[in-house]
Amino acid sequence: MNDIKSLKNRIAVVGVGNTRYGSFPDVSDYGLGAQAFKAAIADCGLDKNQIDGLVCCRVPYYARMGEVLGLNPAWTIALPGHGRMSGMSIIEAMLALETGAAKYVALIYTNIGRSRRMSYGGEDSASIWDPWGFTSPGAAHALMFRMHMERYGTTTRQLAEVSVAIRGNAMLNPDAVMKKPITIDDHEAARRIVEPLGLLDYCLVNDGAVCMIMTTADRARDLAKPPVLISGFGARDGFERSSISNFDADFWFSEVREAGTQAFQMAGVGHDDVDAFMCYDNFSPTVLFSLEGLGYCERGESGAFVEGGTLGVHGRLPTNTDGGHLSNSYMQGWALNIEAVRQLRGECGARQVPDCEVVHYVAATPCTRSIIYTKG
Amino acid sequence: MNVTYTKPLPVVDSLTKQYWENARSHRLSVQRCRDCGDRHFPPCDVCPKCLSDDQDWEVVSGRGTLLSWVRFHRAYWDGYRGELPYDVCLVKLDEGPLVLSNFSGNAPENARMGMPLRAVFDDVTEQVSLVRFAPE
Repeated sequence: MNDIKSLKNRIAVVGVGNTRYGSFPDVSDYGLGAQAFKAAIADCGLDKNQIDGLVCCRVPYYARMGEVLGLNPAWTIALPGHGRMSGMSIIEAMLALETGAAKYVALIYTNIGRSRRMSYGGEDSASIWDPWGFTSPGAAHALMFRMHMERYGTTTRQLAEVSVAIRGNAMLNPDAVMKKPITIDDHEAARRIVEPLGLLDYCLVNDGAVCMIMTTADRARDLAKPPVLISGFGARDGFERSSISNFDADFWFSEVREAGTQAFQMAGVGHDDVDAFMCYDNFSPTVLFSLEGLGYCERGESGAFVEGGTLGVHGRLPTNTDGGHLSNSYMQGWALNIEAVRQLRGECGARQVPDCEVVHYVAATPCTRSIIYTKG
Repeated sequence: MNVTYTKPLPVVDSLTKQYWENARSHRLSVQRCRDCGDRHFPPCDVCPKCLSDDQDWEVVSGRGTLLSWVRFHRAYWDGYRGELPYDVCLVKLDEGPLVLSNFSGNAPENARMGMPLRAVFDDVTEQVSLVRFAPE
């Protein structure tokens, strides 16, 4: 049996690309995917016909995506449009590259949820709880945040620190969808959606696409830009308690802890080595749960930990430097992973974290994935 | 009873039929494995603990404690438009399973995690009764 840790630094991200983010009712999923793919191919300098592995996430039909791009890969997988699938896709691509199933993998994510007016609740996602009026991932996170308030005394003003810091980061990103400054008072006064959460605790819903190109570290040396290496990853699913979608009474604490510990150990780095943190922020409470699960702070202390701008680009733990899902773009983890690459390349302009060498990604969900990227 | 009930109604299938029949006679039930005794809700096609096919419904005490609660200010179904805001609570039944439900009437002003609750039933249509929870 191979030790999974032997994959340390063997796989690299060599190209990243994305569309503009916003509302594009006149462009199809495939049109957006093609834009992101072209940008990523140009970024790494490969000939597109060298791509022999294809990951399609939230793309309606992988074969049509391949047809549009003129690809006949040796390895293709398709994954649904759930936020947890981004980290899962990247790890799957690593395994395909390590085994030789593919040499150059393009990972394409497309999302036209805004133009399709998806509501992410009600008839879009029927469940056994409908007769009681319970629906939507946001409501599940509201339930969890209420429990955090009850258990630890966390306040909505502390939660506001997450949204305010991440908006501040978005204001440094010219491509972010939401760049209007917000304050803690704005967060408190914002329209309630499912209390205790309000509008500024919810991710955006916008259209866009992201593409990553991955290959082995050996092949990566010949390409246009310095490679970014995947130094560690960790994974743990928690399906046993899935009867309420997107909810866990323990905030996936043990799953996040296990995935995080595995990634840290594999990469051989610790919390203090992490220069930037890319944290799946579908809803602001997820950031608090992630910080505690990963051990950036003690259990129950995330509210105090984020106070005073901790998560800002110039804070103690620069988090979601592109503005995350809350303010940059709802790319379900994908935009955070390309931001990790751009930070390590030093391409981030006003939002660049100085001397950025280690970036940590996590998605605290029923399929928790944690990835540590380093400079090649 | 309301003949123009416009909120979501349960999709009754072979797995949930007994639950809804019990609810109609104002009895709260959870699925129980006859082999290993595991109690769970929502029901599963096989016992998630031991994979047994031999499962049944057990009427439970209706007692539980409040784990969490939220207030919806958005109507994801048209039938809720006239009733915003409304509350949903998460209850841990004394027998183990978690259930989402509503408070009977307004949310208790002293709501807190761990508050004891008891099941009451609301006949929302001629066929369907929904369990809700009131402070013990």
